[in-house]
Amino acid sequence: MNFEWKDEQKQFRAHVREFLAANLPADWEQIAHGPGSAVQTEFSKAFCGKLADAGLLVPHWPADWGGRDADPWIAFILAEEMWAAGEPRGGQYMNVNWIGPTLMRFGSEEQKQRYIPPMARGETLWCQGFSEPEAGSDLSSLRTRADRHGDRYRINGQKIWTSYASHADTCFLLARTSPDKRGISIFLLPMDTPGITVRQIPSIIGEGDIHEVFFDDVEVPASALLGGEGEAWSIIRIALSLERVGIPRFALATRMLKRAVNTLKNKKRFGESAGQQAARALAACEVARLGSYEIIDQRSRGQVPGPEASVIRFATVTAERLVAEFVVEHVPEALAGQDPLLLAHHQRAIVAGIASGAAEIQLNLIASEFLEMPREPR
Amino acid sequence: MDFTLNDDQGAVVDAIDKLARQFDTKPTDFDGFALYSAELEHELVESGYFDIATFPEMGPLTAALAVERLARSPFTCEAALSMLLRHHLGEDLPRPVAIVEDGRPGRFVAGAKSVLVIDGERMRLVHPEASDTRIVESIYAYPMGELVADLPGRELSTGEAENVRTWLRVACAAEIAGLMQASLGATIEHLGVRKQFGRPLGTFQALRHRMAECAVLVGGVRRLALRAAWSGDGGDAALAAMHAQDSANRLNYDVHQMMGAMGMTLEMPLHLWTYRTKALLSELGGRTVQGQAVAQHCFKGAN
Repeated sequence: MNFEWKDEQKQFRAHVREFLAANLPADWEQIAHGPGSAVQTEFSKAFCGKLADAGLLVPHWPADWGGRDADPWIAFILAEEMWAAGEPRGGQYMNVNWIGPTLMRFGSEEQKQRYIPPMARGETLWCQGFSEPEAGSDLSSLRTRADRHGDRYRINGQKIWTSYASHADTCFLLARTSPDKRGISIFLLPMDTPGITVRQIPSIIGEGDIHEVFFDDVEVPASALLGGEGEAWSIIRIALSLERVGIPRFALATRMLKRAVNTLKNKKRFGESAGQQAARALAACEVARLGSYEIIDQRSRGQVPGPEASVIRFATVTAERLVAEFVVEHVPEALAGQDPLLLAHHQRAIVAGIASGAAEIQLNLIASEFLEMPREPR
Repeated sequence: MDFTLNDDQGAVVDAIDKLARQFDTKPTDFDGFALYSAELEHELVESGYFDIATFPEMGPLTAALAVERLARSPFTCEAALSMLLRHHLGEDLPRPVAIVEDGRPGRFVAGAKSVLVIDGERMRLVHPEASDTRIVESIYAYPMGELVADLPGRELSTGEAENVRTWLRVACAAEIAGLMQASLGATIEHLGVRKQFGRPLGTFQALRHRMAECAVLVGGVRRLALRAAWSGDGGDAALAAMHAQDSANRLNYDVHQMMGAMGMTLEMPLHLWTYRTKALLSELGGRTVQGQAVAQHCFKGAN
């Protein structure tokens, strides 16, 4: 056991930082506000193209699909640096982390050829059609239906809280193909298919972040099905294991904490109370960081992370909360026009315990699977 | 970054674990506070485990792993300071080692061969005779004692005192990590068997979530302690000690609450871990002073 970075990892991190310094425009902090906005989406497509040209978009993907088979550490260092910079890849981080690798594993040859190369070039944005008005944490109760008619499916229903839907090219959609609880399938659905209506939901998270998506007699060929009918859960379980520790939120949280402390120091306001609170927020960030590294270390050895991944997810939520609270209490002016990046962090932090699985679901998993406590009666 | 123990680390950790297992059960007839084991101490001396931090292939990180594991046992002996601090105070420093802060009673002071006397920022190393100390009765679950004489000793330089403070913090955090792990484990076991309203307490979500949050704290304390032991950095050590003292406060409350009246009895071993932890909460001024050190060490320079 040791906590030292290898030379190759240090060099890669330095390389990514140099790339960011050279390619983020002077007004990036204004653009970073509103991760699903038209401005950032447009910026991200251009930026991801540059990343792809520099070999920094999908280095961990197989060489056959535009990568160089880099290990999970390289992918995570890349993710840390991108997130810490305010995530200039926008919603494309999902392609890189799990949608692309899931298609490589479960997609038909036609699906792979159609969807993976544009991802590897940084040209395409996906959205994730999971949650519904009546199916959030209890996702298996989703109602959107895909009924088969010959060699086509007709999709009817509604998704909600869908990030990036306004500008997405394709939806990774979960829909019910049989009334059984587990009768759910995955469709790769072009967002310009007739019958899809997207409505943005104004939110405190920022422009263009969450949406309602309506499906009215949307017809897709059977070839849009990923895997077989009813295979959504088995595919999703594996797909999400690629995302087990999720976004390295601690990276931006730590950077924003230090930025806020610097602001206070410059204004001669970093006193005892702020120091105590900053220290606790930093401890939470470091706990999340070291825990995430433990999970990446397991993945780099070919192990599938166990229930401790839920422990780390909750630690990450705690870190986000403490940093956001610190800023609101000690640098309130940041959210009133004085620091767009602290504002952008605040807006991302408030969804940390909600997006990608509620924090309380993580606590249930920790209790049942990590602590092996007896389960609640159903 | 490598979270797998290397062969040397693994061999020591396995051996310490094997040794500690012999001391993992509280005797049913023990109903006191300070469950000290001379046998455990003897075994650690004989095997040379108090020196593992000085072996390059093992280092302080391995010593911290040993401290954490030993702290999980209901039996105790002076180990943390001997393993992580002693060699910073001079070669072949006689042990047991203890600290006395601002004249207060401390753990293992009675019988200590080396005592670090801390008065504010000043530190002095003294070597008391048996008659210079006395046993103090307490509920802290360590053998507590105090100095009865104002002994002359070696004043530590400012730089040496700062280094000592770092390793005291590492030792404190590593020991608290083990104590928290043990009290959480015992509580989870209790919640699995204790039934109310017709089902195990551990099936109630209100309790499950609190225990899950405690598990997050325990893991975090351990990670920060081990990282600080590896780096020896003053900021890392302050962060680890602050998080340990902060988290232990919360966990101590929760585990006693979950155990209910059973946790109040001396029949259950819970107090052996929670009241040792409480003895460590005030070390080096407690979490607020560690927080000041974090604010001073960890926010230097530009973002």
